[in-house]
Amino acid sequence: MALAFDEYGRPFIILKEQEQKTRLRGIEAQKANISAGKAVARILQTSLGPKGMDKMLQSPDGDVTITNDGATILEQMDVDNQIAKLMVELSRSQDYEIGDGTTGVVVMAGALLEQAERLLERGIHPIRIAEGYEMASRIAVEHLEHIAQKFDFGPTNVEPLVQTCMTTLSSKIVNRCKRPLAEISVKAVLSVADLERKDVNLDLIKVEGKVGGKLEDTELIYGITVDKDMSHPQMPKQIQDAKIAILTCPFEPPKPKTKHKVDIDTVEKFQTLRQQEQKYFDDMVQKCKDVGATLVICQWGFDDEANHLLMHRNLPAVRWVGGVELELIAIATGGRIVPRFQELTPEKLGRAGLVREKSFGTTKDKMLYIEHCANSRAVTIFIRGGNKMMIEETKRSIHDALCVARNLIRNNSIVYGGGSAEISCSIAVEAAADKYPGVEQYAIRAFADALDSVPMALAENSGLQPIETLSAVKSQQIEENNPHFGIDCNDVGTNDDMREQNVFETLIGKQQQILLATQVVKMILKIDDVISPSDY
Amino acid sequence: MAIEKIFKDDATEEKGERARMSSFVGAIAITDLVKTTLGPKGMDKILQSTGRGHGVTVTNDGATILKSLHIDNPAAKVLIDISKVQDDEVGDGTTSVVVLAGELLREAEKLVASKIHPMTIISGYRMAAECARNALLQRVVDNKENAEKFKSDLMKIAKTTLSSKILSQDKEHFAQLAVEAVMRLKGSTNLEAIQIIKKPGGSLKDSFLDEGFILDKKIGLGQPKRIENAKILVANTAMDTDKVKIYGARVRVDSMSKVAEIEGAEKEKMREKVQKIIAHGINCFVNRQLIYNFPEELFADAGILAIEHADFDGIERLALVTGGEIASTFDNPESVKIGHCKLIEEIMIGEDKLIHFSGVEMGQACTIVLRGASHHVLDEAERSLHDALCVLSQTVNDTRVLLGGGWPEMVMAKEVDELARKTPGKKSHAIEAFSRALVAIPTIIADNAGLDSADLVAQLRAAHHTEGCNAGIDVISGSVGDMAELGISESFKVKQAVLLSATEAAEMILRVDEIITCAPRQREDRM
Repeated sequence: MALAFDEYGRPFIILKEQEQKTRLRGIEAQKANISAGKAVARILQTSLGPKGMDKMLQSPDGDVTITNDGATILEQMDVDNQIAKLMVELSRSQDYEIGDGTTGVVVMAGALLEQAERLLERGIHPIRIAEGYEMASRIAVEHLEHIAQKFDFGPTNVEPLVQTCMTTLSSKIVNRCKRPLAEISVKAVLSVADLERKDVNLDLIKVEGKVGGKLEDTELIYGITVDKDMSHPQMPKQIQDAKIAILTCPFEPPKPKTKHKVDIDTVEKFQTLRQQEQKYFDDMVQKCKDVGATLVICQWGFDDEANHLLMHRNLPAVRWVGGVELELIAIATGGRIVPRFQELTPEKLGRAGLVREKSFGTTKDKMLYIEHCANSRAVTIFIRGGNKMMIEETKRSIHDALCVARNLIRNNSIVYGGGSAEISCSIAVEAAADKYPGVEQYAIRAFADALDSVPMALAENSGLQPIETLSAVKSQQIEENNPHFGIDCNDVGTNDDMREQNVFETLIGKQQQILLATQVVKMILKIDDVISPSDY
Repeated sequence: MAIEKIFKDDATEEKGERARMSSFVGAIAITDLVKTTLGPKGMDKILQSTGRGHGVTVTNDGATILKSLHIDNPAAKVLIDISKVQDDEVGDGTTSVVVLAGELLREAEKLVASKIHPMTIISGYRMAAECARNALLQRVVDNKENAEKFKSDLMKIAKTTLSSKILSQDKEHFAQLAVEAVMRLKGSTNLEAIQIIKKPGGSLKDSFLDEGFILDKKIGLGQPKRIENAKILVANTAMDTDKVKIYGARVRVDSMSKVAEIEGAEKEKMREKVQKIIAHGINCFVNRQLIYNFPEELFADAGILAIEHADFDGIERLALVTGGEIASTFDNPESVKIGHCKLIEEIMIGEDKLIHFSGVEMGQACTIVLRGASHHVLDEAERSLHDALCVLSQTVNDTRVLLGGGWPEMVMAKEVDELARKTPGKKSHAIEAFSRALVAIPTIIADNAGLDSADLVAQLRAAHHTEGCNAGIDVISGSVGDMAELGISESFKVKQAVLLSATEAAEMILRVDEIITCAPRQREDRM
C-alpha cells in the first residue's frame, strides 16, 4: 500500500482507516475488473440465441425461477462484485430502453473486455483503448444504419411485425407456439398504438397469467380482466351493456379525518343516529342507481348492509379492486374515477359491452372479464400454462415481444438477425481500422474481433463448429457483398440468407446494444484504483 | 490476480453437467417417491407434520403428498408445481403427471450421457408429444349424444379413479354417489354445490348421498324441530348487539337511569329488527352471525326456527339451494326473495344432531355424508371423492373418454415408436425415449400390483400390434385384458393434461444448464 511521507519522514494518513482497506491499483485493478466482467458474461453466453439454454435461479426465499432472459437472470443473481453489478445495470438499462437483447448486450461487453485485456498486456494505455472502442462503435452504428432496411406495415399488413416478434420469441421456452404468441403481441400493440405519434403506451397492455390449461390457450382479450368476483354471491354473473360507476369511496359509514366524538346520552339521540345510519346506506346506493349505473366497481370494501342493499336494488358490485386495475378500467371504459358519491354524474360512468364472471378448473378461482369497452385502447393478454414458472417465463417473453413490436412502430428499420448484422459490422470496422493512424487502430481491430464473438457464441450454442461456421459466413458476406448472411441456428438448410429465413431484429435494438456495451466497457477501463473495505 | 468472487457469500453456482445432474437427481428422486402410489394396487404414504401435534395424514394422492414435502432441490420444485396445477385444473392424475415427467427426465439423462444435446432431445420430445396427443384424439370415444351410454361412461371413470384409492372396496357404491352428485350439477363445474360432511363412526359403506342440504348446526332451544313447507330467510346480520356504525359514536351517560333508558332503547331496536324479520312471513331464519339469547327467545315465541352461526360457505350454499337471497336489511319484506323447502327436520347421524333441509327448490346441490372408522380414513375418503368429483365434472364438460389400465399409454407409445422410425436424425432417439417413458407407466402399475411387469408389458405390446386393440393391464386377475369389457375408462381431458404438462416440465428442466442458488434469507431472531 502506497503511503505518502512528509519532509520529516512521517506518514500522511490519506484514507480513513487506511490499513483496513484493500486497494488495487493500476494494471492490477483493470485486470481484476475485466475478469469480473468476463465472468458475468460467461454465465450468460450459453443463453444466447434460439438454441440457448436456460438458467435456474433459486431466490433467498426458495422460489425457483427458470429463465432465458438476460436481465432477469442478472437481477436475480446475488451479485456482490462492484463490476459485476455494473454489468447487471447494463443489462437492466437495455431492458428499460429496448426490452430485448439483454443477453446480447452483456455478451458483447464481455467480449470487448476480453479483447481489451489482450491490448493491455501489450502495453496500450487503457484510455487509448477506450477511445478506439468509441470510434469503432460509431463506425459500427453508422454501418448498421447503412445496412438496415425499412419495411412498411399497416393495420392490414402486420406480417413483418409478426416475423420480428417471432425472432424474439424463438429463443425462449415458448418457441413451441411462437406464431400465435407473436400474433397476440402484435395485435395487442397495434390496438393500443398511436400510429400518428408513433408511440405505444405499454402500460395499457396488461399481462395476466393463470396456471392451468395449455400454452395454446393463451388469448388476447379486448378489455380488462380483474382477479375478483362479485361482492354478493347472488349478483348476476353477466351484464350486457354495462354502465360502470368507478368509485374510490367505501360503502361504509363516513370516517371523517378530524378527530371527533359523537356522544350518545339520551334515547332520542340513539334513535336519530340509528335512522341516520340506515339512511346513509340507502342514499349511497340510491345515488348510484340514480345516475343509471348497472355495475359498481369499488376500491374499498362494503358493509354487509350496503352489500345487501346493492344486491336488493339489483346493482352488481365488485369490491377491493386494486388502484392500477381501477385506472385501467377507467381508461378502457372511458369512465371517470369518482372519489365521492356526491360527485357521481351520468357522464362519469364508464361503458362496456359485456361484463362476465368466468371460473377456472376445479378450484373456485373466478375472474371478471370486462369486454367490448367504449375505448378499446386497453387490452389484456391472458396467459395459461402448465406451471407457475412457465407462466412467469411466458410473461417475460411476451414483454420482450411487446417491446420489439413497439420499437418497430417507433422506428420501422430492421436489420437481419442470426449474427449477420454483427458480422457485417465487424467487416466494416475491420476495413475502417486501417485508415486510422495511431494506436487506436489496434483497439478498433479488437472491437471488430469482439463483434465476431456474438455470432460465434450463437454458433456454439447451436451445436455448430464456431470458428468454421463464422469464417464461412464471413467470407460469403464479403464475396457476395451481401450483409444478410448469418448463422443458421435452426438447422434449416444450407442457405444462410437471413432474409429468407425471416430472422429480423430492430435497428435501434442493435444500435443500443453496441452503444451501451461500449459505454460500460469504457467506464470499466477507466478505473485504475479500487478501494474497498476489506473483509472484516 | 485471482478471479474475484462475483456472488455473495453462501450463494452457490452449478454449471453445465453438474447442474443438469442435480436437476435429474432431484426430479428422479421425487418420482421414485410417489411412484409406488400409482395404480389400483399402489401403496399409501404416512405424512407427519412438523407443526404442533404432529398431525398424521395417510394418503395415496400425489398432490397431497408432494404438497407437504419440504424440498430444496429446484427441479423437484418444478415437479411439485405441475402436480399442484394438475390438481387445481382437473383434480386427478396428480401422481401420473409427476411419474411421466420423471420418466421423461430419466430417459433424457441416458441420452445426454450418450452425447445428445438437450435441445435435440427437447425438439424430439415435442414432436413425440404432439404425435401422442393425435394418437389419443383418434381413439377417443364421445358419447355426448347418448345420455344412457354417457352415464355409464361416467360410472366407469368414477370407478377407475376410485379404484386406486382407499375407497376401492366400495367403489361401486361411491361411484354411484359421485355420478349422481355430478349429474345434479347439470354441466356446471361448480363443485361448491356438493357438500361433503364427514362424521366418524359406522363404516364407509354407510356413506350416503342426500338430495337435500345438511347443515351441521343445532336447532335453538324450545323451537320447532320439524317444519313442513318452510319459508327460509337467509341472512348475514348482527343479532347480538347491533352496534352503531357511525364512526366515533360512543355512549356517555351521567346517571344510572339513563343507562337503563338506553339499554331499553337498544332492546327496543332489537325487538323491532326481529319484528321486521318475522314480518317476512317466514318460519325459519338462518344467520351467519351469532344470535343472542334475547332475539332467539323472540323467535322461539313466534314459532320460528332460528339457526345461528352458520359458516359462510354454508350460508351461500343454503341460499343457492333454497333459492333465497342473503339479506342484511329487512325494511322491504315484499321484495326480499325467500327460500323454500318442503321439510326441515333434525336428524341424527351417529351421535350428532344435524339439520336437514329436504325438497329444496333447486335440485343442483346435494350433500354427501361420509362415514368411516377414523378421521384419517375420512380425510382420505374425502380426498378420493374430491378427485372423482373433479374428474367427473370435467368430463361432463369435455365428454371425450378413453380406456384406462395403461391402454392410452400403449396406444401413444405405439404411434410414437412409429414416428421415431420415420424421423431422420438424432431426434429419433429422443422420440424413441419418449415412447419408453410412456411404457414405464403400465410397467409401474404392474410392478406396484406385484405382477411380472416385463412379461405383462411385452404381452401388452404384442396385443397392441393389432389394429383397434383394447388391451390393458387387468390388475385384479394379473393378466392382459380387454379394457372395454372390464369397464375401465379414463377422461381424455385428464390424460391430455398429464401428457402436456409432463412434457412441458421435462422440457423446462432439460433447458437448464446452470443453477444459481442464492443464500437463504437469514431468519430474524425476535427472541
